[in-house]
Amino acid sequence: MADVTAVLAGFAETLRHAGVEAVGERVEAMIAAAGALQVGSPQDVYWAGRLTLCAEPDDLPVYDAAFTAYFGGRLPARVPDPQPAARSRPAALFGSVPGGTASEPDAATPVAASDAEVLRQRDIAALSVAERDEVRRLVALLAPSTAPRPSRRHRPARAGGVDPARTVRRMLRHFGEPTRLARRDHRDKPRRLVLLVDVSGSMAPYADALLRFAHAAGRRRPTLTEAFTLGTRLTRVTRALRHRDPDAALRAAGGAIADWHGGTRLADGLKAFLDRWGQRGTARGAVVVLCSDGWERGDPALLAAQMARLSRLAYRLVWVNPHRGKPGYAPLVAGMAAALPYLDEFVAGHSLGALEQLVGVISRA
Amino acid sequence: MTPASPQELAKALAEVGYLADEGLAIAGHLALRLGRPLFLEGDAGVGKTAFAQALAEATGAHFVRLQCYEGLDASQALYDWDFPRQILHLRTVEAAAVAAGDKPDTAALEASLYDRRFLIARPLLQALERTPSVLLVDEIDRADDEFEAFLLEVLADAAITIPELGRIAAERPPLTVLTSNRTREVHDALKRRCLYHWVEHPTVEREVAILRTRLPEVTERLAADVAEAIRRMRQLDLIKPPGVAEALDWASALTALGADGLDRDVAAATLGAVLKYREDIDRVRESEPWRT
Repeated sequence: MADVTAVLAGFAETLRHAGVEAVGERVEAMIAAAGALQVGSPQDVYWAGRLTLCAEPDDLPVYDAAFTAYFGGRLPARVPDPQPAARSRPAALFGSVPGGTASEPDAATPVAASDAEVLRQRDIAALSVAERDEVRRLVALLAPSTAPRPSRRHRPARAGGVDPARTVRRMLRHFGEPTRLARRDHRDKPRRLVLLVDVSGSMAPYADALLRFAHAAGRRRPTLTEAFTLGTRLTRVTRALRHRDPDAALRAAGGAIADWHGGTRLADGLKAFLDRWGQRGTARGAVVVLCSDGWERGDPALLAAQMARLSRLAYRLVWVNPHRGKPGYAPLVAGMAAALPYLDEFVAGHSLGALEQLVGVISRA
Repeated sequence: MTPASPQELAKALAEVGYLADEGLAIAGHLALRLGRPLFLEGDAGVGKTAFAQALAEATGAHFVRLQCYEGLDASQALYDWDFPRQILHLRTVEAAAVAAGDKPDTAALEASLYDRRFLIARPLLQALERTPSVLLVDEIDRADDEFEAFLLEVLADAAITIPELGRIAAERPPLTVLTSNRTREVHDALKRRCLYHWVEHPTVEREVAILRTRLPEVTERLAADVAEAIRRMRQLDLIKPPGVAEALDWASALTALGADGLDRDVAAATLGAVLKYREDIDRVRESEPWRT
């Protein structure tokens, strides 16, 4: 049995490297499960591991691959996954500053030279490395939060409907004599915030700042914020962005995003989001913020159809387009034009100041 | 009665009309053996809720269901005092004492107010009191996240403490099945305690078997046609791909119309039983998945 345990622990290790959180209690559970099945066939090992080590559908393909690699065996016949997973091998995509190429104006410019107010209004794409660091630090200080809505939960209140439970409890304390009526009101709860960030090549200079904005939002309301990236495919980065430290979070997100700086297929990405998440409830009644320049490779009509779906689900639909902040901008790109009729807000997100305004837009009811 | 192996569990489930595949049978078996909650996810209509019901029936356990919704709190999930009855009791004792001409014994009166008979057991308490039981916590993602922490505590101890009454512990912890539709991320702490299983759509053969078991009046040919058409629909990239529940609805609708197999007219007339979006219906009408 000691051998089996060592083999299983080794397998868990392999799985961890592949990006599945197979740790501590889960590994113990796998060993217990293998014991309960009196492991005889590879099938038993497969299921003992899969039931205990995986925690979401995205884990399953990774698990299958790791299982084949580690045990070299055949997998039990499985119906093909209805939702092709979008996870990639971790890769150091954040080694360099996104967009910071040879065209960098002057890497040595000290931040002190630029006035904070000027920095606030400057286009993020045109900043030097030091200035960008300063902007990153300031973005991390933003605290985007949606406006509250009344939830189904109640709280004691001075005015409002009668709270039967508390009223009667009060009566009991007075030997059944009716006393003052206790009242209750709905407790407020912020709406869910969903951020969809385009990470294709054309958005490269802004994607880093926007993901940091998503990180700041997640820090503010961890359970009510969801973040996804769009490129040639959809990637959920909510988990990756959960790190406390923004740099570590962005590194983790970079590892999860396979299509960083690639092309854009917005309609496909949006459809994947709506099918897998949005329709099921993630977008329902939520404030959805889409960050993209609207460059769409596919048919704009398809994008319009998905935008219509999204606008029917979301409470408010905000589009952040960095180019909107530029003088003389008009939404002429086909994708952008197709999406416009479905938007509640159309804002810029090209500078620190614009991101601060975005915080205001998000918090408006 | 606890089946000794996954195969036996699958057999017991089949006897009560639920055809589980290998993964689900192993998951159920491990949940029973290890006493861990089972966390089920999968597309709507693949039979997550039905599995919990069948599990209760197959193992001879009570079935307790807690449907989660936003704002669910302890007084709706765990227990509540029956305040009106308490007041009625108080008044009756008082009136009787006045009629008899003596002073009511306040201490005894107070103690009698918090008697078990004035406690209303909500699903979680019911599951602890009635053993053995299968507790289904349906759509946990709909409840607020505060509720998860609370649920975790109850599940971990298989006991609750009522301040006025004391601790109520389960003789045998209930077998808990949680389902989620992934509208939000469920806390890791809760998931870590559970066995996780993603329930797949059944294969065509299994779907035929399910249709035949659940609806004996459906003919072999119709079941095969429906299963095949449903399989093709699932590949069509629809907004809501049909699940087993829709397949069952469709087959009974077709049988109600006296159909013995699928053809274009009868299929088109009954599409509303399978597809619930206009876009999906248009799409399916175009591709006609029932044509062989």
